[in-house]
Amino acid sequence: RLRGGVWNQEKGDKVEILDAKTREKLCFLDKVEPQATIAEIKNLFTKTHPQWYPARQSLRLDPKGKSLKDEDVLQKLPVGTTATLYFRDLGAQISWVTVFLTEYAGPLFIYLLFYFRVPFIYGHKYDFTSSRHTVVHLACICHSFHYIKRLLETLFVHRFSHGTMPLRNIFKNCTYYWGFAAWMAYYINHPLYTPPTYGAQQVKLALAIFVICQLGNFSIHMALRDLRPAGSKTRKIPYPTKNPFTWLFLLVSCPNYTYEVGSWIGFAIMTQCLPVALFSLVGFTQMTIWAKGKHRSYLKEFRDYPPLRMPIIPFLL
Amino acid sequence: MGRLTEAAAAGGGASAARSAGPPPAPLPLSSTSPGCAAAMASSEEDGTNGGASEASEEREAVGKRRRLGLLATIWLTFYNIAMTAGWLVLAIAMVRFYMEKGTHKGLYKSIQKTLKFFQTFALLEIVHCLIGIVPTSVLVAGVQVSSRIFMVWLVTHSIKPIQNEESVVLFLVAWTVTEITRYSFYTFSLLDHLPYFIKWARYNFFIILYPVGVAGELLTIYAALPYVKKTGMFSIRLPNKYNVSFDYYYFLLITMASYIPCEYVSVSTLM
Repeated sequence: RLRGGVWNQEKGDKVEILDAKTREKLCFLDKVEPQATIAEIKNLFTKTHPQWYPARQSLRLDPKGKSLKDEDVLQKLPVGTTATLYFRDLGAQISWVTVFLTEYAGPLFIYLLFYFRVPFIYGHKYDFTSSRHTVVHLACICHSFHYIKRLLETLFVHRFSHGTMPLRNIFKNCTYYWGFAAWMAYYINHPLYTPPTYGAQQVKLALAIFVICQLGNFSIHMALRDLRPAGSKTRKIPYPTKNPFTWLFLLVSCPNYTYEVGSWIGFAIMTQCLPVALFSLVGFTQMTIWAKGKHRSYLKEFRDYPPLRMPIIPFLL
Repeated sequence: MGRLTEAAAAGGGASAARSAGPPPAPLPLSSTSPGCAAAMASSEEDGTNGGASEASEEREAVGKRRRLGLLATIWLTFYNIAMTAGWLVLAIAMVRFYMEKGTHKGLYKSIQKTLKFFQTFALLEIVHCLIGIVPTSVLVAGVQVSSRIFMVWLVTHSIKPIQNEESVVLFLVAWTVTEITRYSFYTFSLLDHLPYFIKWARYNFFIILYPVGVAGELLTIYAALPYVKKTGMFSIRLPNKYNVSFDYYYFLLITMASYIPCEYVSVSTLM
């Protein structure tokens, strides 16, 4: 570009993008704004390689290094006059919202198939019959409520920091949720279902645990939502609010997971069904892994993080 | 298990393969590494683990470069020598039995204690992965050892009528040759003196041993089916107070069916 008769060679930075595995030069970007973000660079890269939309791009400074964030600014990166970025294809991506809606709608629907004893599940003489046990009806209400709540939260409450995840996850996740839902529902709605040993007392206690934990879980989701303004990706330490259910933040980093485990334990006691207990255990294991990861991120990011807090179980885990 | 990486053979059918399989160096673990955790972590609400699959790959790369401590090296060398010896003893006992008796009937009974001891002892290999002195993933090792334990304890030991089937000898032979090759390979590798023949065997025996082992295992399970159905063993029926049921017969059928996809997974990682 001519400016007053002089070529201005300093205008804009150069960015070259290499394949992280083969080191092949994939793209050379001339005159990139120094204030450009990684997100903008990804958009420029997509222009030359349209099959790699931004969500599936991982750009890093080192072929084996960590991915740069979309918000990172070119100027602030430790690069020379020409920035060399390494590209890795993350594979086909799918939006979090899509995955959540699919994986939660499945159990809601599948459980009802068993509850209404749709043909070909139990013997023909049981088709469309109804259980004579109150707890079976109660369990259906609780299970359905749980997943309806999850669907509504996905649509109206949660604020996701990542837009997408790898496509293969939807298959793994749906297998997990739908599979367990079918397995649990089969036994709870079975004609030969045996109600809890301690009868109505056990069911009442379990229901109380379930309801409290559902309210708790919802409270935490709302509190986390309020931490983060719409459209932002800021991270703050969550603190207890006026809502007593959020006071669990004093003791754990991820009380939403604590309450979630509690809900399923309640449901397991209510139905006295081993598959439910196993589902709770597997879920607990997974949530503990997530909670520990989250806890570690909090500790890394915030120097003043409350030391009393444990990841998921107060004082223990 | 030795220092070198294990071919990622997974699943029941790969019992022979996982040991006989060649260990391509480095291990071709892709970013789609096994493990529910890696996948589920990506579905986590706040997305701090968005790069989970990348992270696990980084960890594996670091693990491969780890230096083995002296104690670990001594222990692994001892372990691999002991296992080589154990399976050799088993092989010799089997040959002697056949030479003396001229039949395979009663062979299992005569070697069962040794088999059970050394195959069960292999559970330690999971621990080796857990503590990181062996670079294989815990899941892969777990699946492989579990399939052997399953075959030995839950099929051959528990279902007595099939112990004299020919198919039992078939998989025993496959396992024995495989394990002797595998453990001696690891031993020599740890001692930094790997004879060419052992390396060749490790990379090539599996071509024969793998299908032979799978055939032996599948035929044995198949032979066991009528007895399982008749006795209802290892099964729980409804109604019961924990509202669960389990049918070992159908479990065996599903296991047999799973040999096919598992074979696909193991062969595709071996080639």
